[in-house]
Amino acid sequence: MNKYYLGIDLGSTTSKAVIINENDEIIGRGITNTRANYSVAADIARMEAVYNARFSILKRNLAQEIAEKPQYKKYISDLESVFQYEQFKVRIDKLGDELLKTCYNYFDGEKRLTMIDHLRIIRKAIKPKIKHLYIYEDLGSKNQFFRDIVSEKYNEEVAKFDNALFEPLMTIWDKSITAAENETVNFDFEHLINQAMDLLAEKYRNLPDQEENLPVSATSGFDAEMYLLKGEFTTISESLRDRIDEISRLEFHIENMTGTGYGRALLPFPADCIRSEILCHAFGAHAVFPETRTVLDIGGQDTKAIQVDKYGLVTSFQMNDRCAAGCGRYLGYIADEMSISLNELGPLAMQAEKEVTICSTCTVFAGAELRELTNMGEKRPDILGGLHKAIIMRAMSLIARSGGVYNEFTFTGGVARNQAVVKYLTQLVKENYGDNIKINIHTDSIFMGALGGAMFARRNIKADLPSAKKATA
Amino acid sequence: MKNPKEAIKEKSMVIQKEMLANLFTELSNAKANGKKVVYTFVPGNLTELILALDMLPVYPEINALQSGMRKKSGGYIKDAEKIGFSEDVCTYVKCDIGMMLNGNIGPTGEKLPDPDLLLLSYTGCFTFLKWFENLEKLYPGVEIAMLHTPYQEDGVITDDQVNYMVKQLREDVIPKMEKVAGKKLDYDRLHHLLDNAAKAEDMWVQVLESAKNVPSPIDSYFAGVYYMGPLNTAFRGTDEAVSYYEELLREVTERKNLGLLPVTPEGEMPEEKFRLVVEGPPNWTNFREFWKIFYDLGAVIVASTYTKVGGVYDRGFRHEPDKPLESMAKYCMGCYTNLNLPQRVDLIEHYIKEYKADGFLINSIKSCNSFSAGQLLMMREIEQRCGIPVGFIESDLVDPRYFSYANIKNRLESYFQMLEQRKIILAQEAETVIG
Repeated sequence: MNKYYLGIDLGSTTSKAVIINENDEIIGRGITNTRANYSVAADIARMEAVYNARFSILKRNLAQEIAEKPQYKKYISDLESVFQYEQFKVRIDKLGDELLKTCYNYFDGEKRLTMIDHLRIIRKAIKPKIKHLYIYEDLGSKNQFFRDIVSEKYNEEVAKFDNALFEPLMTIWDKSITAAENETVNFDFEHLINQAMDLLAEKYRNLPDQEENLPVSATSGFDAEMYLLKGEFTTISESLRDRIDEISRLEFHIENMTGTGYGRALLPFPADCIRSEILCHAFGAHAVFPETRTVLDIGGQDTKAIQVDKYGLVTSFQMNDRCAAGCGRYLGYIADEMSISLNELGPLAMQAEKEVTICSTCTVFAGAELRELTNMGEKRPDILGGLHKAIIMRAMSLIARSGGVYNEFTFTGGVARNQAVVKYLTQLVKENYGDNIKINIHTDSIFMGALGGAMFARRNIKADLPSAKKATA
Repeated sequence: MKNPKEAIKEKSMVIQKEMLANLFTELSNAKANGKKVVYTFVPGNLTELILALDMLPVYPEINALQSGMRKKSGGYIKDAEKIGFSEDVCTYVKCDIGMMLNGNIGPTGEKLPDPDLLLLSYTGCFTFLKWFENLEKLYPGVEIAMLHTPYQEDGVITDDQVNYMVKQLREDVIPKMEKVAGKKLDYDRLHHLLDNAAKAEDMWVQVLESAKNVPSPIDSYFAGVYYMGPLNTAFRGTDEAVSYYEELLREVTERKNLGLLPVTPEGEMPEEKFRLVVEGPPNWTNFREFWKIFYDLGAVIVASTYTKVGGVYDRGFRHEPDKPLESMAKYCMGCYTNLNLPQRVDLIEHYIKEYKADGFLINSIKSCNSFSAGQLLMMREIEQRCGIPVGFIESDLVDPRYFSYANIKNRLESYFQMLEQRKIILAQEAETVIG
C-alpha cells in the first residue's frame, strides 16, 4: 500500500494542507481561510488536500492517455471544478439555512417576511451565477474561499435593493456566515464525484454546436478543448468510469502527520506531531530549492527571517511578531482602506512611477497617512508602491538581524504571491547583498510550511497515531 | 492560567530566605538602632567595606527585581512614568523610584529606611549614575560617594587602573564612608570579611562548575539567580554566607554524585534534553512561567552570563584579604558588564565548550543597554565560532507590558525543536556516512 504524509499549516489568515508521497512529491494541496474554529479550518484544508490528491493520482494513472489526447486532460480538469461545485452546493444550502435561522431570531412580523423574500431573491440570483462560474469558467482552479465567493455575490445583490435593506441584510449575513463557516460538513467523495460526472454529462449534452448559442455566454470565450471533448464526451466518460471509481475507493492511508503554524497547539494531533512553523517553512523551502541558505517568510501576522544549513536545518532566526506593519495583514488592511480587493493591490502598485515615502510604523496609522497622501494629490499606484516598499524595508532589517542574505535566498508565505512585493524584495536584496544572489519564489510558496510539515512527518515515524484514522477521508 | 502548585524548595533556599528576612527586619529597625544605611548596586559592590564599618546595605536593583516577582512593578513603573520618566528609561530605575514614591515598602512588607549614603561603585552601566542623581533628589542632602570603575576597553586590567581605583578608595570613598559611619575602618575586620568572601567564592565556583557534569545537577540561570544571591548582596564576607555556600555545595555535590537533575519549582527536571548557555538577565515579572517553559521542554541552563554580573569568579578572581583595596578594585573592574564585547564573546565560547552546550540563547532586555548592546554581534560570532544554533528572545526586566508569553513560548518552542531536529538529522547523516 502506498504511504502518504500530511502537513497542516494552521496560519493566522489561511490554513494550508499538503500531502506528499514517499518520494517527497506533493500530491495534494488544500487551502482555506482560518476561522474561529481552528479545527474546522484544519479539517477543510486536509479534506481538500485529500480530494486534490485523489485527482492527482488519477492524473498520474492516466498519464499516457492525457499525453496522447488533450480531451482527457480537459475532462479531468472540468470534473475537478464541477466536483468543487458539488461541495459548494452543499455549503451554500447550509448557509441558506443559517440565513433563515438568523432571520427568524432577529426579526418578526412584516419585517421578517420582507427579509425572507429578499433572501430568496438573493439566493435565486447567486446560485446559477456561481454554478456557471464553476462549470464554464473553472472557478474551482482559482483557489478562492467559499466565504469570499459567496460574500462577493451576496454584496452585489444587496446593492441592488433599497438602501434601507442594506443594514438588516448585512447583519443577517454577518451573523450567519460565521456559524456556517465554523461547522464541519462531511462529504462522501464517491457520491460527490458521481454527481459531478452527471452534471458534467449534462453540461456537454446541452452544449450547443455553435459558440454563440452558449448559455449565459457573456463571459465565456470559445474553448477549443471544450469542443474537442464534446465530440467524444460519452466515449471518454465511459472509458474513465472505472479509473475514477478506483481513485474514489482508494484507501488513503496517512502514515504520519505534522501540524504547524500559530494554531498548531489547537490541532487534534499528538504533541510530537506538532512542529514550529519556522522549522517547517525552512524545511519546505530547502526541499524545493536545496541550495537555499536564507529564507524569508511573510505570513499574515508575522515575518520570519531564517538561516538554514545544507540539511535544511535552521541555524538561527529572527521574528517580527510585534508589529503588523511588515506582514500580510498590513496589505489586507490597506486594501480595505482603499476599498479594493487584496488581489488588486500588487498589480496597482506595479503601475507606480515613484514610491511615496510612508513614515507610519503602525498599520492602523498608515490608514490615516494614506488618506492624507491622497488629499495631497499623490497617485494611488505611487502610494501603494511606497507601502509595498515599506514592508520590504522592514523585512530587510529583520534579515540583517538574522545574519543577512546568503545564496540562495527563498521567499515563502502568502505574500510571495504579490508581484509588487517580489519586485521590491528583488531590488533591495540585490542592492544590499549583490546581484549574484539567486532569489527563489515558487508557485507553491504559500504551501511551504505545510510541505515542510509533511516532510518532517515522513522522516520522523515514531509517534503512534491516535488521530491517523481521522485523516482518511 | 491555573494556580501554580506550591514551589519545591531546597534546604539552602530555606536558609537564604531566613537570611533575607532577618536582613529586612534589621533594615526596618535600622533607624531605631542607630544603624547607618548605604544604598549601593550589585555589580562592583563594596559590601565588605560597608559591613566592616557596621553599616547596612540596600540594593535598589534587587528591590526592583523583587517587586517584579511580587507583581508590584507594573504599578510602580506607571507611577514613575506619571512624574515624567520616559517609556524607554531602564525599568529597574522606574520600578525603584515608583516603590519609593509608594512609601518604600520592601519585599517583606517592612518599610525600607532612607539612605544615609549613596555609594556608587558602578561598573559598565552608566544608568546607575543617573539613577543615583534621581535618588539624590528624592533624599535631599544625602551623602554621596562615587568610585569610578574604568571600563576594560582593551580587555585587560592594568596596574595604572588598579592604582587609580585604590587612590579613589583611600582618599575619597573610605573617608566619606567613615564620616557617615562615625567610625574608622577596622582593617582586621575587613581582613576577616574578605577571607570569608574568598571562601564563599571558592564554593560558589564549585557549585557553578558542577553543571559541567552530564546531566547537570543545577540550573545555572533560573536557580543560579538564587544561588548567587548571598554572594552578590548584603552577605558576602559574612559567616552566614560561608555556611550557606557550604550547605549549597553539599546539596549540589550530592545531587551530582547521584546523577540527579536540577530542582525547579515544578519539581525535579525529568530529563536533560538540551544544555544551553544563556546571555542576558531573566524576566522577573513572569519568572516562574518563563522557567516552566524550559522545564517543560527539558532544557537546562548549564552556564549563564547573568550570574556573573556580581563577579566573574569562575575565571579565577578572588577577593584577597592581604591586598584588600587592590582586590576590591580588581573585583569592580572584572564584573561581567565591565568586560568589553570580545571578552564577553570569549567567555561565552568558553562556557559553550567547557559545559558541552547544545545551544546558545539570548534574552534581550528592552530597557537594559549594558546587556543588550552588542548582543546580535555576539550571536553571529558565537554561531560562527561554535557552530551551534543560536536563539533570540525579547522581554524586559520588570515591566510586565513587555513580557508576551505567547510570543516567547512560540520562539522558544521553535528554538528547541530546531535543536532537536538538528540532533536527529545529524545523527541520521552520521549513520549514513558510517553505513
